[in-house]
Amino acid sequence: MIRLENLTKLYGSFVAVDDISLHVPRGVLYGCLGPNGAGKTTTLRMIAGILRPTQGRVLLGGDDVHVNPLSAKMRLGFIPDRPFVYDKLTGAEFLRFVAGLYGQEGDSVERRIAELLEVFELTSWKDELVEAYSHGMRQKLIISSALIHRPECIVVDEPMVGLDPKAARLLKDIFRQFVEKGGTVLMSTHTLEIAEAMCDQIAIIQHGKIIAAGTVNDVRRQHKAGDASLEELFLRLTGGAHVRELAEVLGR
Amino acid sequence: MRQPSLAHVLQPKWRTALQRLREERERGGSGKLIILALVGGAFWAGVFGVLYRILRTLRGVEELGPLIPGKILGLILLSFISILVLSNVITALSSFFLAKDLDLLVSAPVDWLRLYLAKLGETLLHSSWMVALMAVPILTAYGVVYQGGVLFAVYALLAIVPMLILPAVVGCAVTLVLVNIFPARRTRDLLSIIALGAAGGVILLFRVIRPEQLARPEGFRNLLDFVILLRGPTSPFLPSEWASQAIMGYLRNELDPFPLVMLWSTAAAFVTLGALLHRALYPQGFTKAQEGAERFIRGGLWRWTVGSLLGWLPVAKREFVLKDIKLFFRDTTQWSQLILLAVLVVVYLFNIQALPLHRGEPVGFFYVNLVSFLNLGLAGFVLASIAARFIFPAVSLEGRQMWLLRSSPLDLRALLWSKYWVGTLPLLVLGLILTGLTNALLEVTAFMMILSLATMAGLTLAISALALTFGTLYPQFETENAAQIPTSFGGLVFMMATIALLAGVLMILAQAVYTYVRSAWEGQPLGVTPAMIGLFVVAAAVCAAATFIPLRMALRKMESFEF
Repeated sequence: MIRLENLTKLYGSFVAVDDISLHVPRGVLYGCLGPNGAGKTTTLRMIAGILRPTQGRVLLGGDDVHVNPLSAKMRLGFIPDRPFVYDKLTGAEFLRFVAGLYGQEGDSVERRIAELLEVFELTSWKDELVEAYSHGMRQKLIISSALIHRPECIVVDEPMVGLDPKAARLLKDIFRQFVEKGGTVLMSTHTLEIAEAMCDQIAIIQHGKIIAAGTVNDVRRQHKAGDASLEELFLRLTGGAHVRELAEVLGR
Repeated sequence: MRQPSLAHVLQPKWRTALQRLREERERGGSGKLIILALVGGAFWAGVFGVLYRILRTLRGVEELGPLIPGKILGLILLSFISILVLSNVITALSSFFLAKDLDLLVSAPVDWLRLYLAKLGETLLHSSWMVALMAVPILTAYGVVYQGGVLFAVYALLAIVPMLILPAVVGCAVTLVLVNIFPARRTRDLLSIIALGAAGGVILLFRVIRPEQLARPEGFRNLLDFVILLRGPTSPFLPSEWASQAIMGYLRNELDPFPLVMLWSTAAAFVTLGALLHRALYPQGFTKAQEGAERFIRGGLWRWTVGSLLGWLPVAKREFVLKDIKLFFRDTTQWSQLILLAVLVVVYLFNIQALPLHRGEPVGFFYVNLVSFLNLGLAGFVLASIAARFIFPAVSLEGRQMWLLRSSPLDLRALLWSKYWVGTLPLLVLGLILTGLTNALLEVTAFMMILSLATMAGLTLAISALALTFGTLYPQFETENAAQIPTSFGGLVFMMATIALLAGVLMILAQAVYTYVRSAWEGQPLGVTPAMIGLFVVAAAVCAAATFIPLRMALRKMESFEF
């Protein structure tokens, strides 16, 4: 469903993403892990068509995001890490606007809006301007907007940031059901417990390259990690010594 | 604890400005800077040239000659002061209460005085740089005509700087008081009140100084009355008058330190009082400003009215237009500017009406046509200023939401189309009304009326396209206040490009109008010759090119945006 071919992104001379190739099949919840600045968000934004790759291409359901952007993006729901929405629209107006961007309108959209607002407990806020929403409520609204047009795949950057435990649990359930029905989710996260619990497959990215990929067990086997937890595995692959040094510095 | 220096507190601001300059240079190479310098130089030279000629002519006039330049300078500086107070009030709201760096500064152990001075400096710079730049060719013209020498530059700077500081202090204090008076959760709506106040202020100012008197010396009983008006200060308690007195005193070799002392001592006293007011009121005001707005909106009014009217549009375009209209009317920083716009239009029409063209004596056909024709340039300039306020920021305001637009299947042409027409249609209506009304007041012929309306339509379409394009080429995605976007580098380039367009189109049409007026003058039959038609076609082609080429550039730029 999502295919990255030799994807590279340069910012001047800085290599943010370095020749990444990846295939996320239908019906899979795929996690992108990596330390800060590893290139996860850049990769996700290239998949969403927000950034143009310096080299390589992104295919969504066979359509190149930068060659056939409209048909590729029709399949996609994107949830960014920072919930920037129009402050002067109400929640319902924002969802109606997003549906319009996907060419959808009418009663079916109104029903879908009501349904999503209900699920995310925003019904009583639907006529309130977004500027009055909390960070978590904005995040819920953006998640609703990514689901409004019934996408085939969802690309989500740090989905749990700002969500209360109840909403986080709800989102996990939604993603799980979405994948079980044949949808595809590609998410980046720092929360290794979430990745371990939710993801069918993972890729660990560092310095713009994939340094390990597969199921968690595959990665353990590849790196002879025995039954190490994902956290231990992650720290080993991405330089855990730094964490210990940091702990020592802070403990002084 | 040792307090950080003021320069340290301001460090992120000047570092950001330097970095922006560096990025601009890297992106556009030195060519862009050279173009800017050339266009800016030409603009300065134009202002300088016009004023130089006026001042030179006036110097030769006996009795009135020495008085009028001082009066003109007083009026110019007074208009500067009024613009500055308004601009400072608006800027202070964002720099003191809404800026993103405030959380960091307020939570850090930075004392109140440093915070005040840093934010005052920021407000002063943001709201005064354009006025300061505008003052350069004006004061240069005075310096050259009166042979003020190099030292005049230093003296003028000494007079102008406190004149800029005072409105900044007053603007910040007014904002501070208003934020405290307004109920919490409504502070962000302050701008509507400010705009209303400013509108009243402009009208009041206009009635107090009555500039039209200067254009009608015959309205005075005798020359003495006119001289008395000229000798008298326009507004003796305003710093503009002190600055004007200081500058004219120096230029007439009647050096009197009193106005300068007044300027600097008042500025120092105002800064002190402003700081004390800040200490007393800022913490409470800041807290109030942080509370989110409470706005519950049920109505589907827009959907039923505008939405129904736009029913023929594809859904994406329709939703986009609806969204833009709603955002505009719900954002006080945007719609409140309409009040100012209305005042501007009234003042504009009043000026045209006050022109001494139709007062009993035989109407000068030549002058009426000349004024009507030049009015096209002036109205074009007014429209350009409005486009700079409302259309130029359109793409920048999408910045934070661009993730949504770029990740959705929205065709960027639809986005550009919506932005263009949402801005252009009201501008077109305004442009045609403004031109039609002024021409009706001037009682022009049908030829001039049609020519003016057609030219205004062509110019408006081009001005909107230029505004949207320059706003796209020089986006300000991080700006917190929409009102600040037009005062950026790109805004300046847009205004200069528009002035060039206006000059170009008017120069092409001038020949046609000249042929027409000459025929009337010589008593020949009035008609449209093939040569005139050729000129109209060229002018239309220039407007069309200035519409389509920039829009294509904007689309290409938008496709390359990365977030």
